Amino acid sequence: MNDAHIQVRNLNVAYSQNPALKNINLDIPREQIVVIVGPSGCGKTTLLKSFNRFLELVDGAHVSGQVLLDGVNIYDPAVDVTEIRKRVGLLAQRPYPLPMSIYDNVAYGLRIHGIKTKLDMDAVVQHYLEVAGLWDEVKDRLHTPATRLSVGQQQRLCLARGLAVEPEVLLGDEPASALDPISARHIEQRLLELKQNYTIVLVTHILRQAKRLADYVIFMYLGELVECGPAHEVFEHPKEALTRAYLAGAF
Amino acid sequence: MESEKTTPTTWPTWFQIHLLRLSRQTKDRWAGKMFLGMTTLPLMLVIIMLVALLMRAWPILQAKPLWDLLTGQTWRPLRGEFGFYPFIMGTIWVTAVAMVLAVPPCLLSAIYLAEYARPLTRTIVKPLLDLLAGIPSVVYGVWGVVAIVPWVKDFLAPTFDKCLGFIPFFAVDNPTGFGILAGGIVLAVMVAPFIIAITYEVMRSVPDGLREASLAVGATRWQTIKYAVLPQTLPGIIAGVVLGSSRALGETMAVLMVVGNVSRVPSSIFDPAYPLTALIANNYGEMLSIPLYDSALLGAALMLLGMEVIFNGISTLILHRVTGREIA
Amino acid sequence: MKRRHIEESIFKALMIGSSGLVVGSLGLILLTVIAKGAPALNLAMFTQTPKGGYYLGKEGGILNAIVGSLYLAGGGTALALLLSLPITLYLGSYVRRRSRWAPIVRLALDVLWGIPSIVYGAFGFTIMAALSIRASLLGGILVLALLELPIMTRAMDEVIRMMPSELEQAALALGATRLETTLHIVTRQTLPGLTTAILLAFGRGIGDAASVLFTAGYTDRIPTSLFQPAASLPLAVFFQLGTPFPEVQQRGYAAALILTVLILLVSLGSRWLSARLGRYAIR
Repeated sequence: MNDAHIQVRNLNVAYSQNPALKNINLDIPREQIVVIVGPSGCGKTTLLKSFNRFLELVDGAHVSGQVLLDGVNIYDPAVDVTEIRKRVGLLAQRPYPLPMSIYDNVAYGLRIHGIKTKLDMDAVVQHYLEVAGLWDEVKDRLHTPATRLSVGQQQRLCLARGLAVEPEVLLGDEPASALDPISARHIEQRLLELKQNYTIVLVTHILRQAKRLADYVIFMYLGELVECGPAHEVFEHPKEALTRAYLAGAF
Repeated sequence: MESEKTTPTTWPTWFQIHLLRLSRQTKDRWAGKMFLGMTTLPLMLVIIMLVALLMRAWPILQAKPLWDLLTGQTWRPLRGEFGFYPFIMGTIWVTAVAMVLAVPPCLLSAIYLAEYARPLTRTIVKPLLDLLAGIPSVVYGVWGVVAIVPWVKDFLAPTFDKCLGFIPFFAVDNPTGFGILAGGIVLAVMVAPFIIAITYEVMRSVPDGLREASLAVGATRWQTIKYAVLPQTLPGIIAGVVLGSSRALGETMAVLMVVGNVSRVPSSIFDPAYPLTALIANNYGEMLSIPLYDSALLGAALMLLGMEVIFNGISTLILHRVTGREIA
Repeated sequence: MKRRHIEESIFKALMIGSSGLVVGSLGLILLTVIAKGAPALNLAMFTQTPKGGYYLGKEGGILNAIVGSLYLAGGGTALALLLSLPITLYLGSYVRRRSRWAPIVRLALDVLWGIPSIVYGAFGFTIMAALSIRASLLGGILVLALLELPIMTRAMDEVIRMMPSELEQAALALGATRLETTLHIVTRQTLPGLTTAILLAFGRGIGDAASVLFTAGYTDRIPTSLFQPAASLPLAVFFQLGTPFPEVQQRGYAAALILTVLILLVSLGSRWLSARLGRYAIR
């Protein structure tokens, strides 16, 4: 693939000697929604977390190979991991608002990177809350604790928080699965809007959600890459028997 | 148990066995009742202790107004003068010095263990902390006398005298090395394992998802601790510090051996002092021979009990709320 | 942008330094005790009781204190076990989820846990005075039992609470009564933790001086009845260090070393025992 945003080369990940990802080679296209699917335990989340170096948070995780972001290996020792995480954001399954006000949550990323500018901050916070679809509901209570929001609102807040540092890539680890159907729909709609400006990589175990959202599909099984390609190709004309079986609901 | 199923022919044995079998449920019920009865023991003990000490201390509380007892500065039992103020101050000074010395390093160590250390480091350090916590008070006292008191006398006191001697708090009137600072240092090491353990537990109770939320936007580990983790843990840490101080103020033998045992209101950390615990321990032998002496000493014990009940009760309640479960 | 990394490095250095300080203190204490105590160690310390003039520097040993401590702590631990086992088992297995009584019991135990040992001693003394019991092995055992009760109960409680409830539920689903479940399943699963709790309390009891100061008395003989006074290692250390004679002080250091080694053995022993007993436990 030309001009892939992220390129994975010979990625192998093991947790305390148990292999989780075996020899992964793939490309993530720009400004599309890429969905990683597969049965539980196949390594979807491991692959996702290799993109923002979150695997390092797990004791005993061993990573070898390369993950290139715009051509630069993010695992290179000379690279500052906090910069990588600024460029590759993550929306987790369960929302965890930070113990501060709504305003401070959104501003958090910018502040910790040392970007001050008070005047712009108000505009920035408002902008990203609007993008996340939360502005109207919270504009009157920006300085109240974020923990008072509903779960769906908290997830949108986390979205705003993640976008505020202006990443290039947005990762989503089943970001709607902990939400009620209405909030889940909200999040899905936001993601569809965001793909114009961001490369989005999602993990989901709900095939229907994948079909709704995906432009590009990656199918994993037991730590290996089985098939990947544009969504309509993989969903309608899968090349591998395993993919066909999965899509048919065999496992 | 198999024999319960068969039916022997002799009447007494059949009866006994039938009884045994019937009473499986009864056994359970009786055991439950007995266990429940035993659970009243802790609460009863606390109440009985308070009452018993109060009763023994009553004579002196009757003889003098409480205010005079607490603020009186002279302690001459033979003359019937019982002013507790120097001893209360002694306890407060030693405990305060111990906490000031202990809290910053212990918090830092606990944060390191909870957030940065590799599992291997944790498995080594935690047993070591348990060991430190298990060392008896007298052994700490020995260490204090052998290692700390000379250090204070030969190094710390002269150094402070030279540099900061003009501040009354650091003035050195007492050349022996036995005093509040020595006591504070020994106590600080004694309470360290507790403070570290509690702080560690409180920090581990913060869900990892919160840390990941902060790291995901590119925060460093330290920023994550500072902004995402620590604010949640503050009440718990405070409770842990309060618990630690309650342990410190109740310590007897170690403090006794290094603090000088001079009943004077301290004005400098190098002064000797006479904490309440040392007062009781040193004088229990004579307490029955002088009128009101036993009441006075047991009144001191009552004071200690009261302080501890309040400190412990409050901090335990806070800790339960913070970590969502019983702790420490 | 570099500033936050610098800040992190500074704090990391402080943190590692603090941890080193704490661990180093432990090392320092052990070194001091060994260095001062080892020279005065000899076989007589273990095998003889103080003869006449022992405290003036003549012959003898501290067998009285060693045996006295073992009696005191042994008796106290056994009594505490008798009391704390039912309480813990009740709190762990019998109580319902929404019980309002259990938190009160636990709060009372937490309060008891923190009571200074000298207050236990003073309390023991008042009770003994009221009952006209003199300072004796019995008095010491009773007070140590009180002192050890909250320590043991709390440690056991933690172990039992960590046990997966599915295990209990499986037993109850088979029709076992609560008592049977508790006695057969819970104790077997938590046996390593329970032994650790017992040994932990024992270690505390053997090292405590302030509580036995009032209540066990002190003597140069080995007690042969519960009503005789009993010497204890911590007091032996304290008294010997308090004399003006260097030879006796030396013996005090040796006694401190013996006490420390005893505690270390108990601590290590509990780890070994809990590893061995954990064979049947489900992890």
